[in-house]
Amino acid sequence: MSIDCRINIDRPNFSLDIELAIASTGITGITGPSGGGKTTLLRAMAGLEKNSRGYLRVGDAIWQDAMHFTPPHQRQLGYVFQEASLFAHLNVQDNLQYGMRRVPNSQRKVSIDRAIDLLGIAPLLQRKPTQLSGGERQRVAIARALAVSPKILLMDEPLSALDIQRKREIMPYLETLHGELDIPIIYVSHALDELARLADHLVLIDNGKVKDSGAIGDMLTNFDLPLARGDDAAALINGQVSGHDDEFQLTYIDFAGGRFTVAKKPLAIGHPVRLSIAARDTSLTKQHQSDTSILNIFPATVQAITAEGNSQVMVRLSAQGTPLLSRITRKSAELLALDKGSEVFVQIKTVALLA
Amino acid sequence: MLNEYDLSALVVTLKLAAVSTLLLLALGTPLAWWMARTRWKYKALLEAVIALPLVLPPTVLGFYLLMALGSNGPIGGAMAWLGGQPLAFTFAGLVIGSVIYSMPFVVQPLQNAFSAIGSRPMEVAATLRASPLDRFFTVAVPLARPGFITASVLGFAHTVGEFGVVLMIGGNIPGETQVLSIAIYDHVEALEYGHAHWLSGGLLLLSFILLVSIYTINRRFTLMQQVEHEH
Repeated sequence: MSIDCRINIDRPNFSLDIELAIASTGITGITGPSGGGKTTLLRAMAGLEKNSRGYLRVGDAIWQDAMHFTPPHQRQLGYVFQEASLFAHLNVQDNLQYGMRRVPNSQRKVSIDRAIDLLGIAPLLQRKPTQLSGGERQRVAIARALAVSPKILLMDEPLSALDIQRKREIMPYLETLHGELDIPIIYVSHALDELARLADHLVLIDNGKVKDSGAIGDMLTNFDLPLARGDDAAALINGQVSGHDDEFQLTYIDFAGGRFTVAKKPLAIGHPVRLSIAARDTSLTKQHQSDTSILNIFPATVQAITAEGNSQVMVRLSAQGTPLLSRITRKSAELLALDKGSEVFVQIKTVALLA
Repeated sequence: MLNEYDLSALVVTLKLAAVSTLLLLALGTPLAWWMARTRWKYKALLEAVIALPLVLPPTVLGFYLLMALGSNGPIGGAMAWLGGQPLAFTFAGLVIGSVIYSMPFVVQPLQNAFSAIGSRPMEVAATLRASPLDRFFTVAVPLARPGFITASVLGFAHTVGEFGVVLMIGGNIPGETQVLSIAIYDHVEALEYGHAHWLSGGLLLLSFILLVSIYTINRRFTLMQQVEHEH
């Protein structure tokens, strides 16, 4: 199942002109500056923007083309709004059943019990929306959207109205959805840390147009995009747990470019993990240092160098095909005579385990 | 105490108020819904027309209705031509008058309630597979409940209390078009102050009870929504 989307919206001082093929599996993140059209695109996909023109196909269902426009209630989708928007006159259970009841039996793939289970909301069923915390409400809203057995789940900044603690509370549930459900998710967010944890693909939208799209690891390290700049620039590495060291309480994680050593995690061998390596937490050497406290050192090839302000540069490296970023001073880059193609060693001080 | 005429006036009044309120809700709900959502250029014009009875002397409205509904008027004439009765001095004529006269008291609370809901809950319902009519009845109406309570009570009470319009087009026929407010007037004219007291006191009490109940119910609902916002 694939998703084909060409959407055009013209308003007096804003126009959206998007052409996008969306992966049929995993989470596709949509990011970009506010006012760039992320939410409008999502609403248009749901049929909530009346004056949108274009073409939208989800699997074998054509929701919109030049000849017809399927109204939102006839599109098999789930939508999670920025605010939970639970129905105030219904309790949690009735909110969950509102959509599910309207789905014909033949289309029901996700049972209400499964949705309740996935979001951990069983204890809340009899409560009114007023008796829930912000995080609980958003979990109910997500479960409610899942209970209609959508062919695609559209999420519009589902965490942005929550504080950091509530975000942490919901994240694991979103990761579960990713792993457990075979439903493509389109996840709009301006928070790169959320996307780095969740998304497999990333689409950058600015000024109503797609600036670029691709695998998230490539997008985050692409110098043509603003994502690979600044203090928060980081590369993502997908790897898997390959062993534990009980004496030193360490865990080993293998990826294409080598083996990471991190503080011990209670994860089974073979468990897939995603690591985030901040550009500011790495340094480069020409020779492999052996008299250093840093454990994670990998050989890599310089692919590109770009200025970061007056005194620093951002270096993109490839460790056996895995992109990495390193932010160092311009002086160091000159002393090491770094250039495209230079062979170096990346020393990684801090590794963040995302999932 | 109440005599036979007073009782029949009470029955006519309650019947008139009940029929008018039902008609007002049936007509006012779609009108209020449409007004709460439309961006029509001339909406203000329509709003002004609906609000006219608030500022117009009831006798003015009654006079025009009498002209329209009488046998020489456009509506009454059409009725006569179709083989019916002219509507002036009939119960049906009173209902028409009351509906027009009380329309703003029903449309405005409903319109405010519908506006307050906003478009979000309706959009949510649409993404949960509810058709437009389905989501109107399962989301908009229950969420606008305080508006419906206010509209019904005000529409009912205002119809009970109307005088000028009824006087002009009703004709004060006992058992048919004689309502309480006019019966009180008649008692006072005839210096029967005891009867006037009973009827006036009864109406005062009824109106007070109705208003206290709306304010209590709506306050409870508002408090509930405030709790939600504080979260």
